Amino acid sequence: MAFRHVIGGTSYLFEDLRTLLARATPFRSGDALAGVAATSAAERVAAQKALADLPLRHFLNEAVIPYETDDVTRLILDSHELPAFAAVSHLTVGGFRDWLLAAEPADLVPIRRGLTPEMVAAVSKIMRVSDLIAVAAKCRVVTRFRNTIGLPGTLSIRLQPNHPTDDARGVAASVLDGLLLGAGDAVIGINPATDNIEAVLRLLDMLDNVRTRFAIPTQSCVLCHVTTAMLAIERGAPVDLVFQSIGGTQGVNESFGVTLAMLREAEDAALALKRGTVGQDVMYFETGQGSALSAEAHHGVDQQTIEARAYGVARAYAPLLVNSVVGFIGPEYLFDGKQILRAGLEDHFCGKLLGLPMGVDICYTNHAEADQDDMDTLLTCLAVAGVTYIMGVPGADDVMLAYQSTSFHDGLYARAALGKTPAPEFAEWLERMGIGKGDAIPAAMSPALIGLE
Amino acid sequence: MTAPTIWRDLRRFTQARVGIGRAGNAVPTSAHLDFQEAHAAARDAVWSALDVAALRAELGEIPVLHSEAEDRKTYLLRPDLGRRLRAADRTSLPRTGGTVIVIADGLCANGVQAQAAPLIRALSAEWPVVIVEQARVAIGDDIGEAMGAQAVVVLIGERPGLSAQDSLGAYITWQPRRGRSDAERNCISNIRPGGLSHADAAAKIHWLLHGAKALGATGVSLKDEMVSGGLALP
Repeated sequence: MAFRHVIGGTSYLFEDLRTLLARATPFRSGDALAGVAATSAAERVAAQKALADLPLRHFLNEAVIPYETDDVTRLILDSHELPAFAAVSHLTVGGFRDWLLAAEPADLVPIRRGLTPEMVAAVSKIMRVSDLIAVAAKCRVVTRFRNTIGLPGTLSIRLQPNHPTDDARGVAASVLDGLLLGAGDAVIGINPATDNIEAVLRLLDMLDNVRTRFAIPTQSCVLCHVTTAMLAIERGAPVDLVFQSIGGTQGVNESFGVTLAMLREAEDAALALKRGTVGQDVMYFETGQGSALSAEAHHGVDQQTIEARAYGVARAYAPLLVNSVVGFIGPEYLFDGKQILRAGLEDHFCGKLLGLPMGVDICYTNHAEADQDDMDTLLTCLAVAGVTYIMGVPGADDVMLAYQSTSFHDGLYARAALGKTPAPEFAEWLERMGIGKGDAIPAAMSPALIGLE
Repeated sequence: MTAPTIWRDLRRFTQARVGIGRAGNAVPTSAHLDFQEAHAAARDAVWSALDVAALRAELGEIPVLHSEAEDRKTYLLRPDLGRRLRAADRTSLPRTGGTVIVIADGLCANGVQAQAAPLIRALSAEWPVVIVEQARVAIGDDIGEAMGAQAVVVLIGERPGLSAQDSLGAYITWQPRRGRSDAERNCISNIRPGGLSHADAAAKIHWLLHGAKALGATGVSLKDEMVSGGLALP
């Protein structure tokens, strides 16, 4: 279906929903690279006004990628729940924005399964930064494995102890540093330098040993490919969470070497291990705007709409954690600090509204026009928005992945600035171990206990 | 060694920025400014260029190719152009078959400049080598296709980080041709002093090529199950 809007005597025509969404998107380099961005500010606002007038119901009748050719579209439409949609089914996209801003937190829970990712992406395109923050802050999503993540007033941190050669003692030193600075309640999750199964098994054993030695109420994860995690489970390795990068089209998932069925199989395998103590949310997904274009699997859809569709994939499972790695992909998709800031807040908003335990890897690469000041700004905004978790990397410098994320110190800053605490079980553990009470290493956390001597 | 008694001793075990202390909840001034210095170096490294003459002095009069990205700025904003070999270069290449090595600048030329030749020597194989400028990984598909290669090994500069601005990645693609997806490649990263050594990287490249030949494919179906020592071939 075509859409039209007149601005200042010029009539703008948008040939279908996919084009309307793309032209309405606040500017970012990836949409220009894909050739789908609005070509003028006037065209963009015309698209935003036309989008604001569109009934939400329309999204159930026009798919941005055909149902017949894409399994993510099929997943989204087949799992849509009409009763959950009822409360907002009379609204336009513009009316939905107003409704969200006026809603109470309890109003946002029952509509989740009635919203499609495309509806959520659409409304985000006509929201300002403060809108994205205010509505996300009202979303409540709680998940559990060995602790409880996402309770109001908490901010969790993934401890990311990466090492360029997966050296066990190098990893252990970063883990200890992070624990001593209050990080690790979301997960102790390492990106392995290779997908080598022997290396993955060694890291899984090593992280599990550290966790049990210090009796930490948290979970560990080696962020290898889902098929490698399955292999590790077959070999009896201590796998808490199964990780996978996912995207919002069948094609991008194929480029990651995964199918929806493989993810289900992996989730079932991890569930069968019954390693959780307070819950069994066993999946960990990462996403990021631009991955579909990077894999040439975007179908002319803007990168932010495809990102929201990735959340449609994630919520088909029961993830403990989901995060966008917002600035990792590079300047051809998100050029500078301004574009990364907005994208990070959009991703968090869309994920939360769809019901996901949404964290953000607040990050940038050295070929992007961004620096620490940009990250501090995004961190502060996300903390106000109630982000479920952020990353914790020693000194903000990931020595394996060669990018900058948030540091353990940044986590302390954000918690202190907004009066947030870690997950309750982890906060109690920090207290018990005497962590955070001075500059010395508490005896109970002696480095020798984990082989650092 | 005795166990570290103070926090900063953790730095013995990793080059990660551990044990850097605290000023309130923030990083102390010296650590903060060290970080800024490293970021400045990494920013500049993105704009480093290959010294083609120096590489040819080491490796012989090998072909020098160029992607469709004219310059660095275009390269950064248009990855699609960096994946494609300039048309004139597609027709000028010899059809060698076999395995082809591609030396590509990628996001930082420094590491490729320093390490490509020693890594190729460590491979100790008589494979044809080409150099390509303003290139992304997938350009190996165009080059391999043009040369009728059975496999292509792309040695490419990795994005510079704060601690390393000289890291090399090796991407192996079986039966390279335009349109291969990244899931159809195997990657060995962090080849550099302090990371993976040239000898270990070379052994792993040989191992993966051997596995690719047996399987008839690279990518997620070719699992890196190489054990330390690298003697057991699949």
